[in-house]
Amino acid sequence: MDMKATSGKKLGLKEKYRQMTRGLEWEPSYQKKDDIYPFMEYEGIKIHDWDKWEDPFRLTMDSYWKYQAEKERKLYAIIDAYAQNNGHLNVTDARYLNAIKLFLTGISPLEYMAHRGFAMAGRAFPGAGPRVACLMQSLDEIRHAQTQIHALSNYNKYYNGFHDFSHMLQRVWYLSVPRSFFDDAVTAGPFEFMVAIGFSFEYVLTNLLFVPFVSGAAYNGDMGTMTFGFSAQSDEARHMTLGLEIIKFILEQDPDNVPIVQRWIDKWTWRGYRVLTLVGMMMDYMLPKRIMSWKEAWEVYFEQNGGALFKDLARYGIRPPKWLDQIAFDKDHISHQAWGTFYQYGAAADFHTWSPTDDELDWLSKKYPESFDKYYRPRLEYLREQAEQGNRFYNTTLPQLCQVCQIPMVFTEPGDPTKTCYREVDYQGEKFHFCSDGCKHIFEDEPEKYKQAWLPVQQIYQGNCFPEGTDPTVEGFEPLAKVLEYYHINFGRDNLDFDGSEDQKNFATWRGMATTNE
Amino acid sequence: MAVAAVKEYTFESADRLENFHGNQLLFVGWEDHLLFCAPFALAMPPTTLFGDLVGKMLPGAFGYHPDFAKIDWNTVEWFKSGEPWQPQMDASLADNGLGHKAVIRFRTPGLTGIKGSCS
Repeated sequence: MDMKATSGKKLGLKEKYRQMTRGLEWEPSYQKKDDIYPFMEYEGIKIHDWDKWEDPFRLTMDSYWKYQAEKERKLYAIIDAYAQNNGHLNVTDARYLNAIKLFLTGISPLEYMAHRGFAMAGRAFPGAGPRVACLMQSLDEIRHAQTQIHALSNYNKYYNGFHDFSHMLQRVWYLSVPRSFFDDAVTAGPFEFMVAIGFSFEYVLTNLLFVPFVSGAAYNGDMGTMTFGFSAQSDEARHMTLGLEIIKFILEQDPDNVPIVQRWIDKWTWRGYRVLTLVGMMMDYMLPKRIMSWKEAWEVYFEQNGGALFKDLARYGIRPPKWLDQIAFDKDHISHQAWGTFYQYGAAADFHTWSPTDDELDWLSKKYPESFDKYYRPRLEYLREQAEQGNRFYNTTLPQLCQVCQIPMVFTEPGDPTKTCYREVDYQGEKFHFCSDGCKHIFEDEPEKYKQAWLPVQQIYQGNCFPEGTDPTVEGFEPLAKVLEYYHINFGRDNLDFDGSEDQKNFATWRGMATTNE
Repeated sequence: MAVAAVKEYTFESADRLENFHGNQLLFVGWEDHLLFCAPFALAMPPTTLFGDLVGKMLPGAFGYHPDFAKIDWNTVEWFKSGEPWQPQMDASLADNGLGHKAVIRFRTPGLTGIKGSCS
């Protein structure tokens, strides 16, 4: 039959949103609700009325496609122009390339994992509003991963280290840090995932990742990266709002939810902060043209913004995350501790490291007036001096790792940057070690989860990080060479010092050709 | 709770002793020498003599530092899990009470790294 339209009137935004979300909901009749939504209760969170969830943007799929399609057109026009115009030759200094190698291997895959996490959360939740919101955030995240890979793939034509990011994520020692962070979130329940990523990472910490990185790209002449950063950033603003909305929704549903959410905020602020150590290092050591120090970024994006946020959440009974005093003290130290790690383990990294120049040391001294000259300048100058004498320090002994964050135990005691922080727990007759009170506390909460951790150093010693068929008993067996082969790091091309590297030479040659006449 | 889970979730630890093929892990840190970014993870049989650890393994790990050659091993202060401790050089790790994943540290009085910065 031909059904006559009852009215030509368009739906208002609010009614359209309701039809495209609540209208998609239905009451199951021949399956039990518990069987359809098996993950709703085990975390202890109580939700009495899913309809109270409100997406402040009231975004629906049809408007989403229109909005994103326009962004996509703009983004790819710039990526194409950047590639066609040899844009890579406009970066300030070839050392910059190492920041984006680290981003491609350590951060872009997290966007992909966020996509999977939000897809899983969207499937897990009975409420139609959050299901739709999670669906769209999931699409955003996979788009972010794709656009980052596309933008950075241009560099793979010319430079080393960009060739195998997805393989390396599963194997390379320092990539276990971001990978285990997201594996932890994705293997938690859907509510914990939303607090971990939707709130703690997207709302509390994401500006610390994106704003310095995008600005860093712009200041260093990388238009392709800057463009995907801005493209993602407009989504991040929506993600932040959703992250705040979800946590308020959960807190408003039942007072029993408050201590559970507090525990998750404490955990994920700490875990996220540890992952951001890589960003701090990038800002202070890897950008040839610096934009601000890690300390400045933390003060602007967390201490100032976070203060207002937790004041707002106080009326629900939420207090600021634990360990903020330690984080405030450590902002003078973690970027230098991280760079020291990558410098000495540069033979096992998929990017180059180097000694800072005098100018750069002076910049660090000015940005860290109370600590840099006292604690870090002596070792950096000593290492540079040794390198100049042909005795560049490549550490060949494996470091002790933290059981939870999986970072080598480079961090120091709260309040004392000269003493390594050692924490240990005996669980079921076995010892476990941690870099901090925060990581120790996270272990003690769920030891059965973290005793499973795939720690790269321990796995190497168990013989699990060599290519298939490796025989360690053969004469002349070199463990490092075999581990690098397993990692797909090409010795002498991808690793070692920037000084003398193929990337350094090629960039200088090509830039020379672009700016001089033969 | 040991872990938040929908059903029973019990698995062996990933780094239990039997996964190391006759070796055990020992973590060693040198106080006030953060040129080495972290304590080291060493793998060796529990029958290894403590004196061999000090005389044959620590030079490879810590020898890059200019302070290492100046160490007076008779005045070194040892710690086990952070507590003062006196190892027997001619006894094995096992006989010294060092099991799998034990952590030991040593302090070398008078030696505080590059220009006294604890580096």
